[in-house]
Amino acid sequence: MSIKKSKFFFEEELIETIGEVSEEIYKTLPKNKKLKIIGKKIPRYDGYPKVSGKAKYTFDIKLPNMAYAKTLRSPFPNAIIKSIDTSKAKKMKGVIEILSHENSNDIKWYRDSSFLFDKHVRHEGDEVACVVAESENIAEEAIRKIYVQYEELDFEVDANDSMKNNKLKIHESGNIRKGKPDEYSRGDIEKGFQQSDIVIEDEFSTEIEIHNPTEVHCSVVNWENEKLKVWDSTQGIFSVRGSVAKALDMEEENVQVVKEYMGGGFGSKLEAGKYTVMAALLSKKIKRPVRIALDRKEMNLAVGNRPDSTQRLKVGVKKDGTLMALSHYSTASIGAYPTGGGCSWPLKTIYKCDNVKTEDYSVFTNTGKARPFRAPGHVQGIFALDSIIDDAAEKIGMDPLKFRLKNYVEKDQVWGAEYTSKLLREAYQQGAEKIGWKNRNKTPGSQSGYIKTGIGMASQIWWGGGGPPAHANIKITKDGIIHVYSGTQDLGTGTYTIISQIVAEILEVPIDKIKVIIGDTDITPYGPSSGGSTTAPSISPAVRDAAEKMKKKLLSAGAAIFKTEEQNVSYNEGIISNKQNNKIGFKEIVINVSGDMIVKGSREENLKGFVTQSFGAQFAKVEVDTLLGTVKIKNIVAAHDIGRTLNRQTLENQFHGGIMQGLGFALMEERIMDKDYGKMLNPNMHDYKIPTMLETPEIDVIIVSECDEKANNMGVKGIGEPAMIPTAAAIANAVYNAIGVRIKSLPITPDKILMALNPKN
Amino acid sequence: MKKSNQPSNPNRRKFLKGVGTGIAGAYLASPALETKAKNISNEILDSYEGKIDFSLTVNGQKYSRKIDPSKTLAEFIRDDLNLTGTKIVCNQGECGSCTVLLNGDAVYSCHMLALDADGGEVITVEGLESNDQLHPIQESFIEEDGLQCGFCTPGQIMSAYALLNKNSNPTDDEIKQGMAGNLCRCGAYPKIFDSVKAAIKK
Repeated sequence: MSIKKSKFFFEEELIETIGEVSEEIYKTLPKNKKLKIIGKKIPRYDGYPKVSGKAKYTFDIKLPNMAYAKTLRSPFPNAIIKSIDTSKAKKMKGVIEILSHENSNDIKWYRDSSFLFDKHVRHEGDEVACVVAESENIAEEAIRKIYVQYEELDFEVDANDSMKNNKLKIHESGNIRKGKPDEYSRGDIEKGFQQSDIVIEDEFSTEIEIHNPTEVHCSVVNWENEKLKVWDSTQGIFSVRGSVAKALDMEEENVQVVKEYMGGGFGSKLEAGKYTVMAALLSKKIKRPVRIALDRKEMNLAVGNRPDSTQRLKVGVKKDGTLMALSHYSTASIGAYPTGGGCSWPLKTIYKCDNVKTEDYSVFTNTGKARPFRAPGHVQGIFALDSIIDDAAEKIGMDPLKFRLKNYVEKDQVWGAEYTSKLLREAYQQGAEKIGWKNRNKTPGSQSGYIKTGIGMASQIWWGGGGPPAHANIKITKDGIIHVYSGTQDLGTGTYTIISQIVAEILEVPIDKIKVIIGDTDITPYGPSSGGSTTAPSISPAVRDAAEKMKKKLLSAGAAIFKTEEQNVSYNEGIISNKQNNKIGFKEIVINVSGDMIVKGSREENLKGFVTQSFGAQFAKVEVDTLLGTVKIKNIVAAHDIGRTLNRQTLENQFHGGIMQGLGFALMEERIMDKDYGKMLNPNMHDYKIPTMLETPEIDVIIVSECDEKANNMGVKGIGEPAMIPTAAAIANAVYNAIGVRIKSLPITPDKILMALNPKN
Repeated sequence: MKKSNQPSNPNRRKFLKGVGTGIAGAYLASPALETKAKNISNEILDSYEGKIDFSLTVNGQKYSRKIDPSKTLAEFIRDDLNLTGTKIVCNQGECGSCTVLLNGDAVYSCHMLALDADGGEVITVEGLESNDQLHPIQESFIEEDGLQCGFCTPGQIMSAYALLNKNSNPTDDEIKQGMAGNLCRCGAYPKIFDSVKAAIKK
């Protein structure tokens, strides 16, 4: 172990960290079929508590003497708070305390662009005051008895309108974040277009998507003297600890963040919420534990969404299919506070092209701030890119799949780094075969009858290589239970399960001997936030490191017990034998050792000069009813290169989930804003449509990779985001193949199909 | 966009939950309350102390309590009985995570008042396990991995339980229809389907 400065990609950011890394070099594990536990259909570690109803989520935590908090939120999209009168609310029986900007310190929030309670509320749902009461119902009643005088201001809820509005300044610096677009270019874009035989240009758009995890954002907080304990439904216990400590001007060590189970996040729970800090302030004041849980409407308004996009693409190709030039211009509504909204990354890397230029405008609007949402940027970007790529292929009379193979690239085009592995070609080939690619309509829209079927595809690229620092400790207790501690999170992704599998495989012991403890900043060593598809590739190598070290420790303890040298003992299925064939089990070894049996494992450094990316392709078969305009997805084939499969069952499940969210994004999901009033019209699960079992197609998951041995000691890459990236684009291309008219804006709703088919009506 | 004078947007459900003197009528729409409400003055309703006698059998155990009439069945199950397996997700009858059985029928427990279940029999997810033995449907959900985050899972399991109680051998389409009222944002639908299908055989 040593402390090193190392680099890794968290999405498009190259992150540099100084942290402890493992220097052990391990042999690549054999192929999955030769392993006993890894890669197999092992039932979920936390299956029992979840199906029995016994799992305690943050939402379910109840402490003695707990009080309940609720937030008053702005009904207006842009306003200045003139006065707040809480006298009536305070008089209500059961109301304990009320916080607002009038009686709390200015705590900086949203990258210092605002405050915890800001007098300037910049979107419907921005926080105004917070009430704590004896029950949630009383707190809810009380917030309606707070009288607030607002001075309403002009507002914009659409990115393109906001960019043009010179009179309105959502922030002092203007409505374009940083005052300029994020730009990138390589080669000579003009020359690229000049050298092309065909140049096409088009505009595409996608709508705002709301995460809608089933468990709303919530925290329970409790002070024990000067120490704050926070139960939080979060994707990053250490990041919440850091943010809460900073907001409250405390040492991080005095904040404990716990998360045992959580009801989904999808990116919306990566950052600390205002609600957690408000609850902590109230709890300190009233000296009681406080629970705060958003309701579904608050969740829709105030804790994140995927930015929308308007994308103008221009592509130049030669008649032989060579991609000569790609340019991309996009605008995205990032809401009222700073965050990124760009979507051009896939275009820079996925197809070979020497001349590229991109401009991404992240635009402030008077709506809830965007947050990362499962493959931020890529889902929107691939939809537009793979739509126009299909159009370009058709223009030159080339099969879209052949066109992609023609422009296949072996090396990363932005960083110039080698890929640790790339098996996209295999994904194309196996996916195409499974869907029956050769059966697609040679002439789109040419089928007779009003029901038309079509087949389409799209490609996927994503980071998901993870990196240090990430740790895992293993301790064997005298009862023979192997405890694994890691400061990571299980969002429903299966982190608990894969950790137990790796330890059971390496230590060759039954999986029920493993106990996994994650999600507690006080008792687990550091692990990174669970985002960017980095959990498995960051944590599992650290877990292997710890397990291998524990094996060595058991060998050395066995040798001591047998009064011999280490080279004279061997390890097999948790049993140490000496040359005389005396045997001692790991439990007995631990009993014989005084003191603790603990080891610390760490993630190794990433290989220099390489970048780990996951790749894949999805193929969609759709059925379009041209009279009703409805689209039915019949089949999705997902063929991906994701390194080693750790658990076939949880892997398939996560792919299904990404595909279902992609299907929702393609066909039904959109935040609908009332532009006149600046309010969201569908902040619930009835009017904001998400897919149900009825829309679920046949899904085939094909993993083309065995192990990415250059990526890390387990050979794994993340899968959470790759699963979703190409789905909507593949569906859009399949719809085009069915009806012969391209729908350029998502979601593809019946009205858009009918209008596209009957432009005159 | 120009500012405008707009009314704030009262949410229908909050309107129902906010027990004010002026809206006692809203509660009269609930049949179980019609008779009981006669004796209750609006002042008592407004004071949060106007609790009403109520009894309910949950997972075979009878509870007789005085409860706040504005309490939903889901709140009673979670807050008063501490049976937190029943989840509240949308809290307005849209997603199915709060599904429990009331007198044999699957109901959205967030979408009805506890008093409307007065005298009834409720089964929650905790009621399926007996003698530390999971119900075959619960076992199927583990074996087929019919879950990810697990938050909608109790509702999914209760809907499957209600479906299979009424139709022990449903077709694929009947399973999909029977489960369509339960949203899963993780999108575990294919494996939830497999779990229900596997449970049929048990």
